Amino acid sequence: MTENGKPKLAMYWASSCGGCEISVLNIHENILTVDEVFDIAFFPCIADFKIKDVEAYPDGYIDICLFNGAIRNSENEEMAQLLRQKSKVLVAFGSCAYEGCIPALSNLTTKKATFEKVYFNNPTIDNPDRILPQHSTEVAEGELTLPHFYHTVKSLDQVVEVDYFIPGCPPEPPQIWAVLQVVIGALTAGQPLPPAGSIIGAGTMALCDECTREKKEKTIKRFFRPYEIQPNPDQCLLEQGIICMGIATRSGCGALCPSVGIGCRGCYGPPDGVEDQGAKMLSAIASVLDVGHESMDEDVLEELIQEAVDTIADPAGTFYRFSMAHSILKRVKNGKGAA
Amino acid sequence: MSDHFEPVIVGFLCNWCSYRAADLAGTARIKYAPNLRPIRVMCSGRVDPQFVLQALRSGADGVLIAGCHPGECHYVNGNIKALRRFTLLRKTLEQWGIEQERVQLLWASASEGTVLAAAVNRMTEDLRALGPLRWGEKVLGDNGAAHLVVEEV
Repeated sequence: MTENGKPKLAMYWASSCGGCEISVLNIHENILTVDEVFDIAFFPCIADFKIKDVEAYPDGYIDICLFNGAIRNSENEEMAQLLRQKSKVLVAFGSCAYEGCIPALSNLTTKKATFEKVYFNNPTIDNPDRILPQHSTEVAEGELTLPHFYHTVKSLDQVVEVDYFIPGCPPEPPQIWAVLQVVIGALTAGQPLPPAGSIIGAGTMALCDECTREKKEKTIKRFFRPYEIQPNPDQCLLEQGIICMGIATRSGCGALCPSVGIGCRGCYGPPDGVEDQGAKMLSAIASVLDVGHESMDEDVLEELIQEAVDTIADPAGTFYRFSMAHSILKRVKNGKGAA
Repeated sequence: MSDHFEPVIVGFLCNWCSYRAADLAGTARIKYAPNLRPIRVMCSGRVDPQFVLQALRSGADGVLIAGCHPGECHYVNGNIKALRRFTLLRKTLEQWGIEQERVQLLWASASEGTVLAAAVNRMTEDLRALGPLRWGEKVLGDNGAAHLVVEEV
């Protein structure tokens, strides 16, 4: 690539679905401005680059690297380290890189159970010899290697230092464009960048702040799974017993899911001041549960509350859908112990 | 470290009943297991599930939340909120593979020093039977620094 003095942009996917790249391309014609301002230095989704191209760059050659995807295996981590070394500004882009997202849901199970499911007990798999991918295999031509599959999925900031975080699954295109404008302003007009370590491209309040549904006192008797109820189009979903993570989720997306009758999934992560999104959600949702009264007998009370709580099918998977890697406990116990 | 395992219980005791029960247990010179590390909170309804998770993450083997009996809460229904949170937290912790005995809820009024002491004794024995939790080393592997934790498939 020729030197033309333009700042260099990179975008890489680790353990991710590719939705973040699509979201970047969804800034529509503004992508032309991005192309005008930046030189693409590495972007496997849209242009042909090899790792050796990146390795050949001097340290800090890339001005801004948008890194999406969680750290699932040793290759993801090596790429994170390489891109950290070659980038001036490294951005954890999207929920996976920021806090683990869907890949980190596998922290709710074990590597053993994951392999069992994927390679043995899967209706579309026929593996009578119980062959598993190995880190290293000897063949006639020499040794072939695959990345190590990690025990615990991690977020980007758990393996390298990260300058900024852009939440969302995926980040919303208007927010991406707003962030890119700030970066372009800093590079071309010397405008200030936000302080390092900040969460950008999102709000600071809970999602409810942006949600236009009518909110009253919350008195929930039980919870409904989406197929069990036809939601009222104007009323707060949580008040109707539909689990909506809005109360424990950062604003910034414009409350897209609640506006179409789907409870917020929580992909923008916790709002400012909250460490563990799932625990906060658990706390909030349990305290608005309007079951049981202080005048009741202790046993009856416990039974009633247990019944109401049991209408939540999968609390860990629901409350930690996006934030497992950033949660306080980070993964489930498997009793195996560390090597 | 010696092989002898002494469980560490972090206790969140409400100011109006359970902390006073602990005080009473002390002034009445009731002998009970020294494994509880009590933390006074104004109400059991103040106990954020994050506190419980943080205690377990930071090395506690168990957490005891203690408050006034239902109907006796200084703030009318803070303890009912605590019970709702505890019930949902217990269900969630089960998914994390954390045994029920590790997080317990107890009602102990200001006059029930013996109830609190008996509960701490019982919980200490429960935890002794379960063994240490040691989340950082045993579950995360070197406090999360280890990537490759051997797991036979």
